[in-house]
Amino acid sequence: MISSSTINAIVIGAGHNGLVCATYLAKAGYRVQVLEARDSVGGGASTSNFAEGYQVSGLAHVLHSLHPTVCKDLNLDAAGLQKGTAIDTIALDLGGAHLTLDTDSASGAGLSHRDAEAYTAFKREFRSYAKALEPMMMARPPRLKDMDFQDKMTLAKLGWKLRFGLGAQSMRDFLRVGGINIYDVLNEEFSNPLLKAAIAVDAVMGHHMGPRTPTTVLTYLQRLWGETHSANSLPPGGMGQVSRALENAAREAGVLILTDAKVDKILIQEGRACGVQLESGEEHKADVVVSNADAKTTFLDLAGTSELDAMFAKRIHTTRTNGNVAKLHLGLNALPTITGLTELQMGQRLLIAPDMRYVEHAFNHAKYGEFSEHPILEITIPSIADPTLAPEGHHVMSISASFAPYSLKKGWDEARSIFTDKIIAAIERYAPGLSNAIVARELLTPLDIETQYHVKGGHWHHGELTIDQSFMMRPIHGTAQYNTPIDGLFLCGASAHPGGGISGVPGRNAAQRILAMDGGT
Amino acid sequence: MNKYDAIVIGAGHNGLTNAAFLAKAGLKVLVLEKNDYIGGATVSRELQEGWKYSNCSYVCSLFRPEIYQSLELGRHGLEVVPLQGSTTFKQNGDYFGSYHQSAVRRREIARHSKRDADASIRFDADLMKWCRLIRGFLLRTPPDPVSFKMRDAMEFAYLLKKFYSLSESQIYEFIRFFTMSIAEYLEEYFESDVILAHFSGGSIIGTGLGVYSPGTAYVLLHHAMGDVDGNVGSWGFARGGMGSVSKAIASSFLAFGGEIRTQAEVEKIVVSGRKATGVLLSSGEEVSAKTIVSNLDAKRTFLKVMDRKDLPAELIHRAENFKIRGSSGKLNIALDGMPDFPSLPKGSPLTLGHMHFTDTLERLERAYDDWKDDRWSQDPYVDAVIPTQYDPSMSPPGKHMMSVFVQYCPVAVEGGWNNEKRDEFGAAVIDQIARYSPNFKDLIVHAEVRTPKEIEAEVGLTEGNIFQGELTLDQLMFNRPFPGYAQYRGPVKNMYMCSSSNHPGGGVMGAPGANAAREILLDLGKPDSTPGDFGDD
Repeated sequence: MISSSTINAIVIGAGHNGLVCATYLAKAGYRVQVLEARDSVGGGASTSNFAEGYQVSGLAHVLHSLHPTVCKDLNLDAAGLQKGTAIDTIALDLGGAHLTLDTDSASGAGLSHRDAEAYTAFKREFRSYAKALEPMMMARPPRLKDMDFQDKMTLAKLGWKLRFGLGAQSMRDFLRVGGINIYDVLNEEFSNPLLKAAIAVDAVMGHHMGPRTPTTVLTYLQRLWGETHSANSLPPGGMGQVSRALENAAREAGVLILTDAKVDKILIQEGRACGVQLESGEEHKADVVVSNADAKTTFLDLAGTSELDAMFAKRIHTTRTNGNVAKLHLGLNALPTITGLTELQMGQRLLIAPDMRYVEHAFNHAKYGEFSEHPILEITIPSIADPTLAPEGHHVMSISASFAPYSLKKGWDEARSIFTDKIIAAIERYAPGLSNAIVARELLTPLDIETQYHVKGGHWHHGELTIDQSFMMRPIHGTAQYNTPIDGLFLCGASAHPGGGISGVPGRNAAQRILAMDGGT
Repeated sequence: MNKYDAIVIGAGHNGLTNAAFLAKAGLKVLVLEKNDYIGGATVSRELQEGWKYSNCSYVCSLFRPEIYQSLELGRHGLEVVPLQGSTTFKQNGDYFGSYHQSAVRRREIARHSKRDADASIRFDADLMKWCRLIRGFLLRTPPDPVSFKMRDAMEFAYLLKKFYSLSESQIYEFIRFFTMSIAEYLEEYFESDVILAHFSGGSIIGTGLGVYSPGTAYVLLHHAMGDVDGNVGSWGFARGGMGSVSKAIASSFLAFGGEIRTQAEVEKIVVSGRKATGVLLSSGEEVSAKTIVSNLDAKRTFLKVMDRKDLPAELIHRAENFKIRGSSGKLNIALDGMPDFPSLPKGSPLTLGHMHFTDTLERLERAYDDWKDDRWSQDPYVDAVIPTQYDPSMSPPGKHMMSVFVQYCPVAVEGGWNNEKRDEFGAAVIDQIARYSPNFKDLIVHAEVRTPKEIEAEVGLTEGNIFQGELTLDQLMFNRPFPGYAQYRGPVKNMYMCSSSNHPGGGVMGAPGANAAREILLDLGKPDSTPGDFGDD
């Protein structure tokens, strides 16, 4: 199918999945062009200069899931990738009895011996569940009817991993807890409130869910899946450095990258995608169009509903894609201090979420279109490990704050500064004097994320990771295997299986699908 | 030589159903009941002279028609009257009426939203599809997913075959229906607030979930798949109250030669040599039998009437962590006359059905938030019915009885329940109804208020959970009550479970009782007396 025209594949969007997909295709012999609306590559994985001299990871700020298969296949080490050193998570306590968590052990916060042991066992058990899902994550989601050989293999591998990888007892446990909420599981396992809340945050951050929402075990496993192959880290130079490595690898493989090139529409002829038209009016032709944009943007804006079955368009329209996390960036003229933490510890991933009830109450507001009165916060100060991010002696603080719903009942105009103050006040309780050190600030609400990063709803994962929007139903059934109802048009972003996080896996899986379908004929 | 082949502990409707099928197969069966009346939560009681309350369960819809026919319950006096429609009152004085006749209902939906009227056709058809599919699984024993036994493999093959009768997109739609929240599921069809709230209410009844909790769309089915006279999806009243259901099953059981002893509380299941051999009553009497069946919920069965030393540690751990939080309250109200509902047109048939007073999803969800924090809902969701409009035998002439089911009411309020708090809870519910019925309060002759605490104390439902265990995925199908114990067999030989803590769960359905009987008869090598597959399609 692939013709000898100048370009075989156009990738819309140079987010990390777009770059990954483009590079895989180029390595397989495609001539690939990536078109990016912004003035630099990376999308949600970028470094942003939010104030003169202050740099910070624009959206994603903790690298926790970049898949080793992607790193190896694209030779990212040679392309200059630096993941940074592994960091711990420290759940803050007002009294200074903080709790430190690494992948396998927990300490501090008056943690009982029983809880400490239970944490190690819990992480081992849950990581084994996440590992058992690996065959499912690293392949296109199998269809449940009219399966082909690959679909059957994926399911067989999954079944084997569950039954023999886990063993009878663990498989029973997995099937018991897999569909329920993290709240009940954690209450059964632990007694320390700080420990329970820290795990609950991993299950709900980025989602429209509280700890008591059923399926939060699954979102926790999705997060943990990243941990099965790489630890949390803060990449030196910010997340943009990861994207630069991806860009280097892409260019090395012969991918053409055009920035400031916003795609206005996907050109479709007789039901087949044949290129794109830019906002400038310029047309680019290709055999295959791959969209790293979210599914709503791809289908409803770029392809247009007139090219789609009405029911398909309606189902895309009703997918739940409203984000719930705001991002706050602070430029500081001095490093804040938190009682009981050394400077090295200040450079870890800090959490403010004292107990699960606090987390649940934070979520309650989001259900009614309000921001959390007491938000849950994930804080990093990347300038401790990498002083180049801020002027000498100064620091940058990067905060993910939940819950901050995309559609705020009262609108974000006035709420913006109120919510910013709430976040700062919440941190100041732990770090007195913080507000005096602030010299620059920037709040990105999901609305800002939508306009600045071109993601509908400003959602971390381009869409909720509930069961009905996961696996063979992501983003919706009928387009869950990366190909779409429009011939020659593919999805490669976080809207597609297995979803968001800087993993590169949707991009990789999509490229494999495109190559297997030889461009979709 | 034992006098009895089998002893069933607890004369709730599942215990009686189980006993009836065993007796029908020719076993000598004894049912033991701690109360001085039978029925458990399926009961009618006269707590105010002249008024009969269905004081726990109050509508009859899930009861399996196969069991009704097989035990000839009609001949034993059970008569179910179909219920006519339902209403949600709006705060602005309007109402939404879900009429029994579909054409009238559609016109009423169109009054609130034309688009929703079109959507309702699609919605009804989809729901019916899932009903028909799921119904087929109710009277079957769930297969064990980790087992390699022939029987489990065959059962899986059967289920797969059923699923494969669906088209590919229907399979995905079914998975979505099974895992979505009721609110989000309905929002894909409807736009009107009151319609969304009206159809969502059924999904939270008895659960510890809110309308936005994933997994609640399926609960809708649990309530919508009842069959009354083969009419899928309708609800009904048992004439004479819910007690008539248990009375009819008991009568059928007695006709097969069974024996019931009330005021006979079982203290322990006697186990010797890893085999259940009998029961010890609180009177000190010991009764032995070859087979012992527990109709108590999983917590009571394993933590109360069984000895820890007879149980594997893993099972004790599971029983201790079995989720059985009650979330519902109940008011039974004797009324001096029929209350007015000025929102409704004069002579409206809507008072004949369920009446609800929560008109938005947000109000429903906020009611749930209260429960999460161990408070009763300040703005409670109420399901009120006045069965005396159909069945005058339940109250003196001209008077009425109202049965009010309330969501949510916690197992423990802050500081614990006492009579004052219970009455405060009752007052909150009465106020909710009185907002839409000005003469309601004046008509109240007597009101019985039941929180989960009363429900547990009287009927023996642990934590007052009406389903004998929450209906979440970790406690459904092959996980109910615990993984590895979902086939009605207990941890010791000759011991079985037949309560709603087992598949397919709660509601006055009779299915766990019948399914357990089938397993017992299989083990005993007796012919199966239970009804097989559902066959109306």
